[in-house]
Amino acid sequence: MNRHKKHPNFLSGFKTASKKRLSGDSAFKAIVTLIACNIFLILGLMVFKIVQSSWLSIQTYGINLLWGITWQPFPPNSSTSPSFGALPLIWGTLATSAIALFLGVPVSLGISLALSEFAPKSFNYVISFFVELLAAIPSVIYGLWGILVLIPFLQNNLYPQLQAVLGFLPFFQGTIRGSSVLTGGIILAIMIIPTVSAISRDVFAAVPNSQREAIIALGATRWEKARIVMSYGRSGVIGAVMLGLGRAVGETMAITMVIGNSFNMFTSLFEPGSTLASIVANEFTEASSPPVYISALMEVGLILFALAIAVNASARLVIWRSTRKTKEVEMF
Amino acid sequence: MRSYRFRKLQNRIMISLAYVALIIALIPLASILIETINRGLSAMSFSLLFEEIPPLGQPGGGIGPAIQGTLIVVALASIMGIPIGVFSGIYLAEFRQSHIASVARFLNDVLTNVPSIVLGIFGWALIVVAIGWSVIAGAVALAIMMIPIVTRTTEEAIKLVPMTIREAAIALGVPQWKTTLTVVLSSAKKGIATGILLAVARISGETAPLLLTILGSRFWFNGFTQPTAALPLAIFNFSQSPFRAVDLPRAWGASLILIFIVLAINIIVRYATKEKYG
Repeated sequence: MNRHKKHPNFLSGFKTASKKRLSGDSAFKAIVTLIACNIFLILGLMVFKIVQSSWLSIQTYGINLLWGITWQPFPPNSSTSPSFGALPLIWGTLATSAIALFLGVPVSLGISLALSEFAPKSFNYVISFFVELLAAIPSVIYGLWGILVLIPFLQNNLYPQLQAVLGFLPFFQGTIRGSSVLTGGIILAIMIIPTVSAISRDVFAAVPNSQREAIIALGATRWEKARIVMSYGRSGVIGAVMLGLGRAVGETMAITMVIGNSFNMFTSLFEPGSTLASIVANEFTEASSPPVYISALMEVGLILFALAIAVNASARLVIWRSTRKTKEVEMF
Repeated sequence: MRSYRFRKLQNRIMISLAYVALIIALIPLASILIETINRGLSAMSFSLLFEEIPPLGQPGGGIGPAIQGTLIVVALASIMGIPIGVFSGIYLAEFRQSHIASVARFLNDVLTNVPSIVLGIFGWALIVVAIGWSVIAGAVALAIMMIPIVTRTTEEAIKLVPMTIREAAIALGVPQWKTTLTVVLSSAKKGIATGILLAVARISGETAPLLLTILGSRFWFNGFTQPTAALPLAIFNFSQSPFRAVDLPRAWGASLILIFIVLAINIIVRYATKEKYG
């Protein structure tokens, strides 16, 4: 009986509490929402500021900057105006990224298959730590290592042999240089391995076990099982490769330190080159005048920004669609 | 149907190739660690750690200001980046079904993948143009790099907190905001701390954003609106020096300190999250 008597009191107490709770909750929600909206502010401001700073160059050179091939901030005779063309930079970015994918993706796939399909689990734990460590090493240390360890090794051992074997191709002709596009591509390959292998390992891990059990029941070898896993996770792997591409396109310091920073439309991979990112890192602090020089570098940054976002957004889309597919299958 | 012997051979070859890939990837890691530790240790001395940076090519001196600069810039970036990142993560996890949350989550991923040099350009256009090369500009650029990482890991950590814990708190009459700030945050604190540590490790080694914002300097910290030195920048400058014999040992010394920071953080994180993987 006592409890019954208390009931109304309890309810009224509950009511006031719930009123308080509502206001506290909505205030909390408002504050947190406001803080979370920083992302809109940051990205909006970023686009605005970079476009604003490159406006002078956009007005002067417009879209022509994309396919111009001379980069002359300080022309030899003062009567001609400086000219800026980014095509060799785009070419350098594409070439180094292509080399990075060509060398890095097979290795990454091998790693992720070894980790998800072949290796024992205790081994797995240690190895994935080391692969993650590869991602944690700062880019500038890769660059330093590239200059002092990788370049001498490649220049003295690997490149002469490569030229001896594949010298008939235009890509491997001419003087062998250590600071070259090929070295840049190799360093990028090493740097994208952790990204690509970690994501494709997760993709393989998400493949339902029923697929593995089915093919093993049919008498498949472990490699044949791995092939089924790979074909099942194909679109996720494509997404992983594209994220690796995004990393390769945007990588700055290591490649600036090893690519040689010359401005040319190379055909041989033993020639030095530049990428969109490396030219900004290399020339920005010296580009005090003329103002159009800084502005042109800003426009190069804008191109890089757009390229990186396009690559990464499509990678996310592919991964998102593939994991959605896997989840649907898991439900059955 | 191929013969059994062929399939067995193919199986062996492909599995060995996968392990070879693993070894190929670990060679650069081993080489970087060994070279850095070897050459860094032989360059290490008391004066390297605590003296001002001499001009390129001049013997003596150290990298003291670079260590100090990195500590200051990273600390300032963390003060700005960690609260914003953690609260954004709370928002994404607690109000995950709202439209703003899904757009913000996508943009957060976009921001994660913005090339570091572009963040440098942004820091330059936003702050350096207004007040000149400065510590603040570098810290803002690094904070922007840090925010999406912290946001993401906070969100993941909070999502892992079981619903029953929230329900228990709410059943005791604790308002939802208080539940989030006390009960949920304290159960997720390990995951959040992990994310923060990884973000700190990541920004301590970043060079490109600093190159365009704090510029680098040879002297001790001189105020938040002045250029300063930083370890990654010092490594870059030493590596470009024409006087290799004098400057490269300093670069390796600086690399050793940087690698030590990054390695220590990663090992701590790995140890702390062992049950998740082990």
